[in-house]
Amino acid sequence: MTQGQDLCGVDGRGGKFSASTEVWRDVCDIDDLQPNSGVCALVDGQQVALFYLTPSAVCHAINNYDPFGHANVLSRGVIGDINGQPVVASPLYKQHFNLQTGVCLEDETVKIPVYAIRINNNRVEINMQESGNEL
Amino acid sequence: MSTKKTLVVIGNGMVGQSFLASLVTSPIKDDYQIVTFCEEPRAAYDRVHLSEFFSGKTAEDLSMVEPGFFEEHGITIHIGDKASKIYRLAKTILSEKGVSISYDKLVFATGSYPFVPPVPGHDRPQCLVYRTIEDLEAMAAAAKNGKVGTVVGGGLLGLEAAKALKDLGLKTHVVQFAPRLMEMQMDDAGGAMLRRKIEELGITVHTGKNTIDITDGKHCANKMVFADGDELETDLVLFSAGIRPRDELARDCALHVGARGGIVIDNQCKTSDPDIYAIGECALWNDKIFGLVAPGYAMARTVVADLAGESASFTGADMSTKLKLMGVDVASIGDVHAKSQGALVYSYQNGDNGIYKRLVVSQDKKQLLGAVLVGDNSGYGTLLQYCLNGIELPENPDALILPHRSDESVGLGVDALPASAQICSCYDVTKGAICSAIEAGCTTMGALKTETKAATGCGGCSALLKSVMDCELARQGFEVNTDLCEHFAYTRQDLYNLMLVGEIKTFAEFVEKHGKGQGCEICKPTIGNILASYWNEHILEPEHLGLQDTNDTFLANMQKDGTYSVVPRITGGEISPDMLIALGQVGKKYKLYTKITGGQRVDLFGARVDQLPHIWKELIDAGFESGHAYGKSLRTVKSCVGSTWCRFGVDDSVGLAIELENRYKGLRSPHKIKFAVSGCTRECAEAQGKDFGIIATENGWNLYVCGNGGMKPRHADLFATGLDKDTLIKYIDRFLSFYVRTAGRLQRTSVWMENMEGGLDYLKSVIIDDKLGLGEQLEQQMQHVIDTYQCEWKTTIEDESKLKRFRHFINSDQQDDNVVFVEERGQIRPADANERKHFKLLEVA
Repeated sequence: MTQGQDLCGVDGRGGKFSASTEVWRDVCDIDDLQPNSGVCALVDGQQVALFYLTPSAVCHAINNYDPFGHANVLSRGVIGDINGQPVVASPLYKQHFNLQTGVCLEDETVKIPVYAIRINNNRVEINMQESGNEL
Repeated sequence: MSTKKTLVVIGNGMVGQSFLASLVTSPIKDDYQIVTFCEEPRAAYDRVHLSEFFSGKTAEDLSMVEPGFFEEHGITIHIGDKASKIYRLAKTILSEKGVSISYDKLVFATGSYPFVPPVPGHDRPQCLVYRTIEDLEAMAAAAKNGKVGTVVGGGLLGLEAAKALKDLGLKTHVVQFAPRLMEMQMDDAGGAMLRRKIEELGITVHTGKNTIDITDGKHCANKMVFADGDELETDLVLFSAGIRPRDELARDCALHVGARGGIVIDNQCKTSDPDIYAIGECALWNDKIFGLVAPGYAMARTVVADLAGESASFTGADMSTKLKLMGVDVASIGDVHAKSQGALVYSYQNGDNGIYKRLVVSQDKKQLLGAVLVGDNSGYGTLLQYCLNGIELPENPDALILPHRSDESVGLGVDALPASAQICSCYDVTKGAICSAIEAGCTTMGALKTETKAATGCGGCSALLKSVMDCELARQGFEVNTDLCEHFAYTRQDLYNLMLVGEIKTFAEFVEKHGKGQGCEICKPTIGNILASYWNEHILEPEHLGLQDTNDTFLANMQKDGTYSVVPRITGGEISPDMLIALGQVGKKYKLYTKITGGQRVDLFGARVDQLPHIWKELIDAGFESGHAYGKSLRTVKSCVGSTWCRFGVDDSVGLAIELENRYKGLRSPHKIKFAVSGCTRECAEAQGKDFGIIATENGWNLYVCGNGGMKPRHADLFATGLDKDTLIKYIDRFLSFYVRTAGRLQRTSVWMENMEGGLDYLKSVIIDDKLGLGEQLEQQMQHVIDTYQCEWKTTIEDESKLKRFRHFINSDQQDDNVVFVEERGQIRPADANERKHFKLLEVA
């Protein structure tokens, strides 16, 4: 339902957080990210995989849990693109997940949470209210 | 009571088995109860490739019977039992072990036996023949006590036998009665060229020698004395002076046999008794014995058709042959000796490259009657098709054998072949049948071979089959896509060459110059691997980090729960008690699950990503280094204990294993590489199941290549024998560099070699003979990798910036709560889903 909306400031879906300007969580320094690779952050008790592409400086944030391998490993996958969609490949069994929608390319019924991410004064900030979610 | 008739086949050799295989595909198989006698202790095997028994193939590898064949088709086989008596009036057959069967139809497929000339001393010890696996075993046993072996007979089979003797490490001689080698298939010039090539391989050829006596030798077990007074000292004598049909049983029951042997048959392969057939080498058709498998198979098909009431005839067979004798191409087609009326001869000889070609053409220059090829078989398929299908020759027939230096092709395109053209003579597969199979979806060589059986007999037609396939695929509009992925329209080999030419050092540069997009989990690790193979920079450098596959990314092997296993290098499997204790202490301190690996090392499981640098710090302080178990790289060099301790050891296998492992450790390659070194032929290190297997012999090291275990195990092939250590290392250096340069993505050495045109022989020519002149370059490439070796873990723990990633959360010291262990047999293991739920509940409570 919220697909296509501005990734910033999504609210009002009765999630864990009430709508407020305080949805953005400070996570880490931009230097903590690994260029063209991933790291994992703990945000509000959730494991979030953060990917950082250079030189375009595009960031993506998705849930770190691999629903096929049942392990918190997606931040350790190889990133790239398939047919123009930015993806990460699971390091366990290599399924691809779209970094913008969370949809699995091999099985479209499987979808992982995707979060909005922004850089603010060299700090990485995450909006834990899932975006790209159709609930 | 069964109403079925009984069909008995005497002999389960290649032709006997081919008959059965052909019969079970025919509807008449249900009319018969089928019984076969097999005198040898095993069912049919491939005698054509018998010499491969000494280059690593086992009796099972050579078997021609698919597992379960007899059971599946309800065929009774009496293995190790010989038919001994036939009562034709009573239509009953008796066996040596007392089996008695009433038959309706009987098929002789008794084959032949090797002819041993009645020279005095022919039955002395170590005077052997070459036909069965038991003969080979006797040869191997005899070779252990000898240094010199001699083959009597320089025909096709004799030269195969000579290869076998050479593979056994003997100084090899060939003694030929005729004035030239392969006198049936070669003219004088071809025979001379063949002789030169065989002698270049270190085999001594004696032609025009008539052996008159074999007696005690002075230096060897035997001495051969020739009619011209010459003598030859040899330990082993191997007779390969032709074959004689096994017709004794037929004679005994008064079937009609030829004056010089052979069971006489008509065009339906029937003997003088209409209920008895004879096929293969025991049969005499038109006063001819056919000593090749293809005519035998044709006879087998004829009998099946005749039993089914179809009209079928055996009308002789093409005796053309193409083979590689000890790496030398030899082929002959049709009327080699230009005996046809008015035949014209064209020949081409290149003394430098050792190539000889001869064409025999009809008087009107329109038809090809025969051909001889030595040193270059490439034109065989084309020439054979001209000859068999009567295709009109081009205006200048010599163009077919002259080297063409421009790009224009003078060969006969497979396009020009009629659908009826026979491509595979062993299984009588036509071009039409192959095209139908391709249309039905067989678009790879493997699928085509399985479906049509083409190229699964002698294999001589595989190049032609490949051309037919490529041509037909192109015609049917299939496009064979060999692109690595959507980002690079190149193969791994292409990318490797592009890297060399453009001196490319990063993935970004690769994409910019030759690719598109962001890359993916296919091209990134492939390019990361190629870069590491050649430049050998640390794989966790910032520009390479994102390219690495799962295990390489954290220099450890990821397990199912996201934890890692750690494998330190234990070179050659040799480890001191102190080191073992140190390893145990690390395992204990970090509560790791420990297991011994198949490669003689210790694997420590259950390490969290944040523990890896601490574990490695302790291991490195104790003297360990990275084992590269996570990389597509050299894994282990397994060894047996060797001559240092073993009562049977011939050489120091542990010492060599350690030296090799230290030499090649860290080399990034298309796939993992395993070595093993055995100290004697008992082969306790299982070296023949490895990419490189080295076995000590009295004469030096024997090198085997391209074996592997895993899903599709493959025995390694013997590559070179009697090597000193320096030569061995030189060959492996070159071999590895060549593999790294030319293999496909994730292609192990076995598949790489099998897909390579020319296979093992080509590799030998590149590595041993340095045919491409690349030897020095390949050695330098390896030397660079050796010189720039670093322990990846040591470099990593000494570099703060590299260590930052080694924690589960970038912003917290907490651990992954999804990693839960339970205890089993005194060690940890990952909790399963049910156990995990239980733990979650406990936590919540």
